[in-house]
Order: sequence, then C-alpha cells, then structure tokens
Amino acid sequence: MTAASGRVRIQHEDFDLGAEVARLRAGDGGVGAVAAFVGTVRDRSDGRAVASMELEHYPGMTEAAIEAMIDQAVARFDIRAARVIHRIGELAARDQIVLVAVTSAHRGDAFQACEFLMDYLKTSAPFWKKEATDAGARWVDARVADDAALARWGIESGNAADAAPAPLRPPGP
Amino acid sequence: MKVEVRYFASLREALGGAEAVEVGAGADVGALRDALAARGGRHAEALGRQRAVRSALNRVLCAESATLHEGDEVGFFPPVTGG
Repeated sequence: MTAASGRVRIQHEDFDLGAEVARLRAGDGGVGAVAAFVGTVRDRSDGRAVASMELEHYPGMTEAAIEAMIDQAVARFDIRAARVIHRIGELAARDQIVLVAVTSAHRGDAFQACEFLMDYLKTSAPFWKKEATDAGARWVDARVADDAALARWGIESGNAADAAPAPLRPPGP
Repeated sequence: MKVEVRYFASLREALGGAEAVEVGAGADVGALRDALAARGGRHAEALGRQRAVRSALNRVLCAESATLHEGDEVGFFPPVTGG
C-alpha cells in the first residue's frame, strides 16, 4: 500500500504538483521526461452550478487497484517511476482531485503511461463523486466515453454499460 | 456459509454500510445479489436487474460469476466515477 511503495496516496489533503514532481525525479539522473496530469473540480456540470463535491472510495480496494494499474503501466511502457495521488472527502469547485505523474527517459513513454493510468483509473478504481449543485446533491453518472478511452489500450471495461438513469432514492425518515 | 457484504455510494445510502449474509454453498456473486434483491423494498430497488451494479470480491473487481467462499468480502456499488 502507500507506505510500502509510496506510489499511491489516497488523502483528504491537497497536493503540490511541483513538490511531487521534484520528489519523483529526485536522485534519478536517467529521467529525461516528466508527464503529469491534474484533474480538478469543474464549477458547472450538466448545466448546473457545482459548489462542492464529496468523494467516497472503497478503502483497501482503491490502493490495491491503483497499485495493480501502475504494475501494468510499468510492464507496458519504459517508465522509471510513477505516482498517483487521489483526494477523498469534501472538495470545493476548482480544487485539485487527482494527480498522475510519470517519469521516463524519453517523452513518448511518459505521455502514454500517464494517459493510460488516467484512463484506467477512471473506469476501474473504486471512487464515487457526489456533487452539491444548485438543484441539490446528485451522484455523478459514469461515462461510456471513459470505457472507450480504456479500450484504446486493449482493456475492456463495462463500467458505464447499462447504467440506469433513474436516481436511487435515499431511505426516507 | 457467511459472507460480509459492503455497499458504497448510492447503495450505501439506501442499504447501509455493511451486513453479514448467509448464502448457500457454491453460490456466486450474482446469486447473492439476486437473493438480496429478493428481499424486496429498498434492496429490490437498489440491487435489482434494472440497476447498474458493479461488484468486487475480496476487494478486486469481479464478474457476477465469481464463486463465493466462507468469509469472503463482497462489495456492491454503482459504476465508478473517480479521477
């Protein structure tokens, strides 16, 4: 898990892109390329103003799932190091949500591994977003486009398939 | 045999966080889901076949054909939306 390798962190706190990249490169003179992706909270979603969102995850499963994704990235691409940080809990509009950073000798592998990890994470890591909008709170729907993005890497995900549009009612009083 | 069932996101809101469930020997994840939905009410609404429900067995995403064993942890949740 996080303590074992330092490759995956699930945390409430914000992260510092510069500091994380510096740490990832530290002591490795063979690094010639760093690719990093930061996902942030949009202030609008499906025409609604979004004030904040709550991010839930499956403790224990999340860390193991992302570690396995990084193992796959290491097997597929010539990368030197990778780091994934995903925030949980209450996030405000414009906050940072996720960081994927990868180092390699040359840019191609860093770019590809970074995109691969994000595509994989979107469809297969157990996180759920609940938006607080001006029309009330709602769970975010999975997108079929994210399954298609992962399919480009030869990996099938049925995550968004047959997703029902009807909202699930919370238990009444 | 007994398995531990955990719910997340909208399923957690509807059904609570976790429960111990008795299942028959050789049952798979899909059979467990159907048995829970057969209770009716909130369980039927949350876990019925009209719903998109994903599952994990011992904290790894799984197909509903995955076979259950004594003491397994089964997670049920909606499609994931992280990143």
